[in-house]
Amino acid sequence: MIRLLKTRLLQGRRTVDFPGPQKLPERFRGLPVLQPASCANGCRACADACPTQAIGVEPLKLDLGKCVFCTECMDACPQGAIDFTRGRYQQSFRKREDLVLDRSEARLAGALDKRMRSLFGRSLKLRHVAAGDCSGCAVELNALSNVVFDLGRFGVQFVASPRHADGIVVSGPVSANMRDPLLMAYEATPAPKLVIAVGACAISGGPFAGSPEVTGIPAQVPVDLYVAGCPPHPLTLLDGLLRMLGRL
Amino acid sequence: MQFANGSAIDLSQVPSVPVAALAGAARAAREQQQMLASLQMLDGRLLLLLADAATGRLSARSFELAGARTWPSITPAWPAAQLFEREIFERTGARPEGHPWLKSVRRHGPGLHPFLRAEGEGVHEVAVGPIHAGIIEPGHFRFQCEGELVLHLEIQLGWQTRGAEQMLLHPHPGRRLRAAESIAGDTSVGHALAYCTAIEALSGTKVPLRAQALRGVLLELERIANHVGDLGMLCNDVGYLPGSAYFGRMRGDFLNVMAEISGNRLGRGLLVPGGVRFDVSEEMLARIHGVLAKADRDLNDTARVVFSTPSVLSRFEGTGTVTRAQAEELGVCGVAARACGLRADTRSDHPVGIFQFAHVPVAVAEDGDVMARSTVRWLEVLRSMQFVGEQLEQLPPGPLRVAQGALRGSSLAVAMIEGWRGAIVHVARTGADGSVVEHKVVDPSFRNWKALELAVRGAQISDFPLCNKSFNLSYAGHDL
Repeated sequence: MIRLLKTRLLQGRRTVDFPGPQKLPERFRGLPVLQPASCANGCRACADACPTQAIGVEPLKLDLGKCVFCTECMDACPQGAIDFTRGRYQQSFRKREDLVLDRSEARLAGALDKRMRSLFGRSLKLRHVAAGDCSGCAVELNALSNVVFDLGRFGVQFVASPRHADGIVVSGPVSANMRDPLLMAYEATPAPKLVIAVGACAISGGPFAGSPEVTGIPAQVPVDLYVAGCPPHPLTLLDGLLRMLGRL
Repeated sequence: MQFANGSAIDLSQVPSVPVAALAGAARAAREQQQMLASLQMLDGRLLLLLADAATGRLSARSFELAGARTWPSITPAWPAAQLFEREIFERTGARPEGHPWLKSVRRHGPGLHPFLRAEGEGVHEVAVGPIHAGIIEPGHFRFQCEGELVLHLEIQLGWQTRGAEQMLLHPHPGRRLRAAESIAGDTSVGHALAYCTAIEALSGTKVPLRAQALRGVLLELERIANHVGDLGMLCNDVGYLPGSAYFGRMRGDFLNVMAEISGNRLGRGLLVPGGVRFDVSEEMLARIHGVLAKADRDLNDTARVVFSTPSVLSRFEGTGTVTRAQAEELGVCGVAARACGLRADTRSDHPVGIFQFAHVPVAVAEDGDVMARSTVRWLEVLRSMQFVGEQLEQLPPGPLRVAQGALRGSSLAVAMIEGWRGAIVHVARTGADGSVVEHKVVDPSFRNWKALELAVRGAQISDFPLCNKSFNLSYAGHDL
């Protein structure tokens, strides 16, 4: 017991203050900022370098829903028109079209309406459904519940059954084999309910877009929040959830 | 034809014989304790790929299937082949005659996956999944139980199948690399390294030493992060929350070091055929050394507490035992094999890259239970910590990356990498024009799921989560 107490003391307090200034690694690849004005005529270096066809040129646009944050576009651009900012981990959106970035300021996720906020604002239970994900998103979703990110302090919790949940979190491009189980989990969740698409795969298929084995999130499952990334950082997830709940 | 791991050979050098010779070849390989690196279709023929730890060489032989496209199954003589044969049958329709349980691997549909059923008084069936209670990947577990006792477990996977191997043939080279990083998210570095090694073998690309060292550092950080996280989850599954909280937090420390080097907590974006994309500066090195020194102290402190807590030990010891004979028979690899006393480790048996120059001692335990798998993980954490520290202290100077050359045509390359779960095998074949036309992936989980089924036989069903976590196999890596 004494030993355990000593270990507890050694561990100290590890929970990050959130919201607040965050320490992210120097190479962290955050929200990209575009400067189409510096594009050279006819140049498609970034679009050609992109592995997931996330970039359109003339004018320059980047679909964050497809982006896997590899930064090959940034390396390929001779003009420095694309910059994956270091500190901007806020990468969540309410509407699919808002994920397509251009020269204007990103339209980050806004809060739910008043009724939904009053229902879920202080207590939100979520059920995760992995649907063909590589488990990368699952790694970061799991990390949310550790002592560092401590999702529970915001009243948000992952639960075992969709029947206990207020919403589902989908990761993965939705493999053909997981389409029905996903629909069943969604139907088993009592209304009103939320759907959160986490990661490039859930939003667009990511690296698996175009594979005959994937179907995407079915139209019957309307998405309320898109969290971009491959996988999104736990802070990105935290930010998205709290934005949606109107707590930021 | 014999060759080294991480090299390419001409397809014409692979001897091709009638399929009648397969049974003899398989028997001989098993007697010589060779590893079944892969059994697959390649260029329309059956390819038997063996890895011999005694000589450090691989060998490839191909077998012509006659018009009927059947062969006498080698599974009864060498159970390690069971899933490989089922996979070939599912994908191509070629049939291993006499396979004891020829059912679907990843395809779902009516009648495709029957389950073995136990019958009798007090016998009942428990069906779990595909969606499990927690943030876990999907799979279906079917238990045959007598009361609390598990008589038999059968695991049906394939829910995560998303076409990963097909994506490795995508026309965009960047997409192929990102798909390789997404074969199993917690093994992004391991699979990226196997993919790059195969492509470099086919293109004759010599990776600079500094890049080899940085790749090795990231591979071992990935191992440490996952092992530490799993030790935490094991504590969680026996209700020892301090261990769960502390190890769980420390996993993040290592993911953060990976992000420091690569920009991504899973290590994505660093590896590229020809080398690595980012360097580590002196300042960054100093920072990483500081984090690792602190993590070393915290890890040892927590491990001392966990491994001396009687309630933890009594749940770990004797639970979920796989015998050495079973592991050998099934071709189990990685942590699960080393926990049964098998000294199999690609890093020392078939070293490529930095492991040709720097040796990581193989960690072994004998008992094959949850305790043994935890012990192996803990020993590997310690040894990988030492490796990472040494490599970062003496990073060789020089370039990070060289241009990847053109791929040679009509060739076969094999890359085996010891990922944190075990041996990752990538087999790539080029067509006459030098483009990759087949790319087979064998994740270590593919070899080990059967061992989990056996580990819970005769156990209480309530021990299943603990047994499962002690293997912590990848669904995505198996399903592809």
